[in-house]
Amino acid sequence: MLRDALTFQLGYNATLVTVAAVLLGIAAGVTGTFLFLRKRALVSDAIAHATLPGIGLAFVALTLSGLDGRHLPGLLAGSAITAMSGLFAVQWLSSRTRLSEDAAIGAVLSAYFSLGIVLLTVIQTMSTGQQAGLESFLLGSTAGMLLSDAILIALGGLLVVALVLLFRRPMSLVSFDPGFASTSGVRLDRIDLTMMGLVLGVTVVGLKVVGLILIVALLIIPPVTARLWTNRVELVVILAGAFGGIAAWLGAGLSASAPDLPTGPLIVLVSFCAFAVSMALAPRRGLFSSFVRHRRFQAGVHMRQGLLALAQGQPIYEPLTIRLLKARGLARADGMPTREGTIRAARALRDEKRWEVARATPELELAAARYDGLTQIEDVLTSDQIAEIDRRIGPPEAVQ
Amino acid sequence: MNGGDFVTFSLTPLLIGSLAALACALPGNFLVLRRQALLGDAISHVVLPGIVLAFLVTGTISTWPMLLGSATAAVVAVVLIEAIRRFGRIEPGAAMGVVFTAMFAAGILALEQSDTSGVHLDVEHALFGNLESLIWLDATGWASLVDPVALAGLPPELFRISLVTVVIALSLAVFWRPLAISTFDEGFARTLGLPVRAIGLGIVIVSALAAVAAFDAVGSIIVIAMFICPPAAARLMTNRLGAQVAWSAAFALIAATLGFTLAGSGPAWLGSENAVSAAGMVGTVAGVILACAALFGPARN
Repeated sequence: MLRDALTFQLGYNATLVTVAAVLLGIAAGVTGTFLFLRKRALVSDAIAHATLPGIGLAFVALTLSGLDGRHLPGLLAGSAITAMSGLFAVQWLSSRTRLSEDAAIGAVLSAYFSLGIVLLTVIQTMSTGQQAGLESFLLGSTAGMLLSDAILIALGGLLVVALVLLFRRPMSLVSFDPGFASTSGVRLDRIDLTMMGLVLGVTVVGLKVVGLILIVALLIIPPVTARLWTNRVELVVILAGAFGGIAAWLGAGLSASAPDLPTGPLIVLVSFCAFAVSMALAPRRGLFSSFVRHRRFQAGVHMRQGLLALAQGQPIYEPLTIRLLKARGLARADGMPTREGTIRAARALRDEKRWEVARATPELELAAARYDGLTQIEDVLTSDQIAEIDRRIGPPEAVQ
Repeated sequence: MNGGDFVTFSLTPLLIGSLAALACALPGNFLVLRRQALLGDAISHVVLPGIVLAFLVTGTISTWPMLLGSATAAVVAVVLIEAIRRFGRIEPGAAMGVVFTAMFAAGILALEQSDTSGVHLDVEHALFGNLESLIWLDATGWASLVDPVALAGLPPELFRISLVTVVIALSLAVFWRPLAISTFDEGFARTLGLPVRAIGLGIVIVSALAAVAAFDAVGSIIVIAMFICPPAAARLMTNRLGAQVAWSAAFALIAATLGFTLAGSGPAWLGSENAVSAAGMVGTVAGVILACAALFGPARN
């Protein structure tokens, strides 16, 4: 069943729903990247929650004018309007009052969502027969989705991806260096508005599939995952789109394969699994590589201090230091240096002395600032500079 | 509505709503000032998987396992956010977004998968709460307030939320000076030798306590609204911390009572018979209060 779902064998409708979800995932991943790089990821949470009163109002308006209250394009249009007003409320509160952006986000999110719930309870008691099932917009549901709805979502996702491609240059410029962007003639407010408009588009399109509470996850988790792997913005965008698309594909497939498996939470959890794996294994920011780097640094410090102690004939008591020196054949079990160890110790002491002189020399100040107890002075100074330092230290003395 | 009906159907939900609002608004002041306002939002989302987990383990809806489960979930969330922030070098907002959405999704999935049909635990209850159902059936009128038999039938949520509110108010009062100093000037607090990290963690724990207790009684939407709206509105009224906390408590109480009254009686004034969601109305009133403060508050700039 799962294999059928993933390979699009569950019939035309289910296939189209999955395709729509995948396009939505890609759109959310690429759009979310810019939002995340601009450090405004949680603004999307306010936008998403602000869609709820719009859905309620649109339902009431559609019903009162004698139309079908569940008409998806109408509901989405309504949700876009209140989401936009929520976005402006966040902007206004954080720029015109002393409240910081996070307080503005939280306030708008909770107030609009509360209003939406009030409207939902009003609708529940309205005397129209078609009891709306508007709650499905909270957590999303692809079950019983109409063909036209799936097409609408797929087209919306495609449109957002196309617009992101069109605006990718100014948006990455603004994300990385707003100051530079504005001095080079980019209109900051317009680009920010475009970015937020795209986020709003993704949110509205995603309401039916993932629901308004979890749509932020699609905008945040894939970009964060992609960011762990690379420092290049184009790659982050591509990877985020790919992670988002794959998560949506697997999530929608899993959800179609058994009853009682809601689509939205599954897509989010698949996405989080990709994040967890990346967090563990990513090359520079991953936990595993951080651990290796930390151990390497620790070993470097212990080796250096151990060699300096050997050179000065001091006893070593630290077990890790002795173990490291022994493992490299530089010391015996009783802590006495081997022949190789004596040579390396003398070299370490010479390096330390050279640094000491360099630090006391004003014209070498910049280079000397790189002293960290691990870097070899040969990596920082030229051989003439070192020769000059050696001249001031004097000739080498015999080590006992 | 006569006195007897009021005591039976409105007094306890009003009290519980007001106490929950207070319990969240008081620590909310510090969250807003420390730019951690969304921590309240995150905590109120991650409480759900904790409660579902406690239910799956014990098989019943009882207070202590649920408190323990949700407190564990809150601590796990805070640790995860911190780990992602530090090791992954991800900005705090995004790290928070990753953690709370994923945990909330896990909670929803567990809830949908488990058989909770026999007990009062579902997604809508978790989100909107059920303030209207916390009635005092044993009460017959104001006289019941001194009748021990009727008092024994008070909803248990009332005792829990009262206890938590008192604990929160007392701990804020006791730690007022270190809290204030470390909130406004962390560097200065550190030079005074105050344990700033412990204070930061303490605020998170107190907020989690408030969120869990209030969630139990009134649902997550009131929790989020009360963590942020009253303190934010109070911030626009005054420059003094003491006054701000007092304003926020007043706003929280106004939002709770006005919201509950409007939800219960408002539709009737408009000629409709059915009440609307009390939790939603309380949050809406809190939002309106904030909007007024943002437009007219004396210290809004």
